[in-house]
Amino acid sequence: MFEHVLSALLALNSNKLRAALTMLGVVIGVLAVTLLVGVGDGARKYLDTTLSSLGTNLLNVVPGRTETRGGFGPPPASGIARPLTMDDVRAIERQATLIRGVSPVVTGGGTVRYRTRQRDTMVLGVGPQFSDLRNMHVDLGEFVREEDLQARRRVAILGRRVVRELFGDESALGQPIRIAGGRYRVVGIMEEKGRSLGFDLDDLVFIPATTAMDQFGQTHLSQLLTAARSKDDTASATEEIEEVLARRRNGERVFTIQSQEDLLKTFGALTAAMTMMLLAIASVSLVVGGIGIMNIMLVSVRERTREIGVRRAVGATRGDVLWQFLLEAVVISTIGGAIGLGLGAAIVAVVTKYAPDVPLRLSGWIAAVAFGSSFVVGVISGVVPARRAAALDPVDALRYE
Amino acid sequence: MSAAEELAPGAPLMEVRGLERRFVMGDEEVAVLKGVTFTINVGEYVAIIGPSGSGKSTLMYQIGCLDTPSEGTYHLAGYSVGALDDEELAALRNRFIGFVFQAFNLLPRTTAVDNVALPLRYAGVGIGERRRRARVALDRVGLGHRHDHTPDRLSGGERQRVAIARAIVTNPKLLLCDEPTGNLDQRVGAEIQALFEELNRDLGVTLVIVTHDPSLAKRARRNIKLVDGRVVHDGPALEGF
Ligand SMILES: Nc1ncnc2c1ncn2[C@@H]1O[C@H](COP(=O)(O)OP(=O)(O)O)[C@@H](O)[C@H]1O
Ligand SMILES: [Mg+2]
Repeated sequence: MFEHVLSALLALNSNKLRAALTMLGVVIGVLAVTLLVGVGDGARKYLDTTLSSLGTNLLNVVPGRTETRGGFGPPPASGIARPLTMDDVRAIERQATLIRGVSPVVTGGGTVRYRTRQRDTMVLGVGPQFSDLRNMHVDLGEFVREEDLQARRRVAILGRRVVRELFGDESALGQPIRIAGGRYRVVGIMEEKGRSLGFDLDDLVFIPATTAMDQFGQTHLSQLLTAARSKDDTASATEEIEEVLARRRNGERVFTIQSQEDLLKTFGALTAAMTMMLLAIASVSLVVGGIGIMNIMLVSVRERTREIGVRRAVGATRGDVLWQFLLEAVVISTIGGAIGLGLGAAIVAVVTKYAPDVPLRLSGWIAAVAFGSSFVVGVISGVVPARRAAALDPVDALRYE
Repeated sequence: MSAAEELAPGAPLMEVRGLERRFVMGDEEVAVLKGVTFTINVGEYVAIIGPSGSGKSTLMYQIGCLDTPSEGTYHLAGYSVGALDDEELAALRNRFIGFVFQAFNLLPRTTAVDNVALPLRYAGVGIGERRRRARVALDRVGLGHRHDHTPDRLSGGERQRVAIARAIVTNPKLLLCDEPTGNLDQRVGAEIQALFEELNRDLGVTLVIVTHDPSLAKRARRNIKLVDGRVVHDGPALEGF
């Protein structure tokens, strides 16, 4: 076997241009596999980490009923939706055992003003446990406290970006601000969170949910955020909350619980499908590369008919000739694959360095698949030419003009 | 294959009996060799002569174990060639026979050393050892200074010397040459012929040369003349055939 690989290498070395041209198709094919699948895989990883950074095992209760759980955005309201209230939050707090906590969520927005400076931003009315549930913590001061919620206090916790825009280098803690006209006092400043899925997590203002209902003239909550204690508890926690809420609604399930896991699964299926599609596209170029190898190998067998005759004359068996051409194809193809993979890795490295936002990555399995497929392409495209070479009659090969 | 060791000088090396070779051409069969019989002993120097198309090359492929008889028998070193399979024939060629062709048939873009080393690869000799032996063979044919040249940088005579080195590198019993001087001018052809004779004399290798050139045929101790697939003369060199 070593001898065959050696003669394949010698043969390639003796005709570098032909070898290089033959390789080109596979180089491009493997490069395409590496990059296209890398994009798909990168997108999947990106969504994965992003969604997990929002907190784990989250369950989101929204009013109204939908047939499917999970999915995107709020479900379409069904007729007489019973709104979610603070009493629901208290009931869950008291009765549910499989959750890590629960927080009301009231969504609003408005102009936040400090002296002459102002900024339009999103205002979230929440409870104390929102911070742990969503994995968003204060850097300075304090988050919404239980007393704030009960006393409907006019306190605000600002995201980093809001602080920067309104206060610049000034200290914000303790300062009076106005939110949608109402007077508030800054009691906390969030840590920097950055962007996630195109959303600026630092461009937020938190106030107590009760205060938010007053401020925005709402009688009910927008959502109710909770989380299962562990991944395995997700299903039973969901059931538990369903029961608690349904009991308070005469058994009617006029609400929907969306689990983060379902969302992750949906995204996962989506990106997996995308990855597979990209892989299919990329494999077309590999097939083209393989056809290229086969063609050039067939031409090569014809060109080297005399050589085959000479090899037979000096003692090569049909098997020797078969192996020689087969391994030539495989060696060409795998060298091409290695070059394509190297180029792909280089491009991924450069892109990751200069454009870290582009979700492109090269994982071990892609490298293995890309390189492995170049080997398979070599075998498949080498078989026909190799068999043709081996089938040649030595006398005919020597007499060939 | 143990018979080789018993091949003393003068013992029969090749026994051809009633050899026929027919080719199927479309609907009809064409007989190219029509019952050839002769014996060549170890260490002999034989020229096979005859007009173009008389079947000399076809006969050479037969006795070179590249082809098998349609009819009749051929024994090389005791082996019945017609009964051997592809692998056995390959081993027999590798072990007993060195070929030299009119068109040199060297591998292009491959150094003289690697060209000469080729038969040893199929004998299972490692790369280092076969290159070493290839250099010895090249020195033997007077190409000590051209080891790493590729064929395109060698003259016709030098190429044929490389081919001869390739033929003798395995220490064969038989050197089979099909018009080896056909592509060379008179003077170089004579030098190559002299080299063959030297190898025959010094190494004791059996020398069978197919040739067109009467002056070369004359130098052989024995001539076998073929006309239309039949042996018409087998004996001392002929004057002007
Ligand atoms: N494979 C073959 N099929 C058909 N005819 C062949 C084949 N090989 C040789 N011949 C014929 O056999 C004859 C003798 O050829 P060859 O042995 O090459 O002659 P020489 O070497 O004496 O010139 C020629 O007529 C040639 O056409
Ligand atoms: Mg001929």
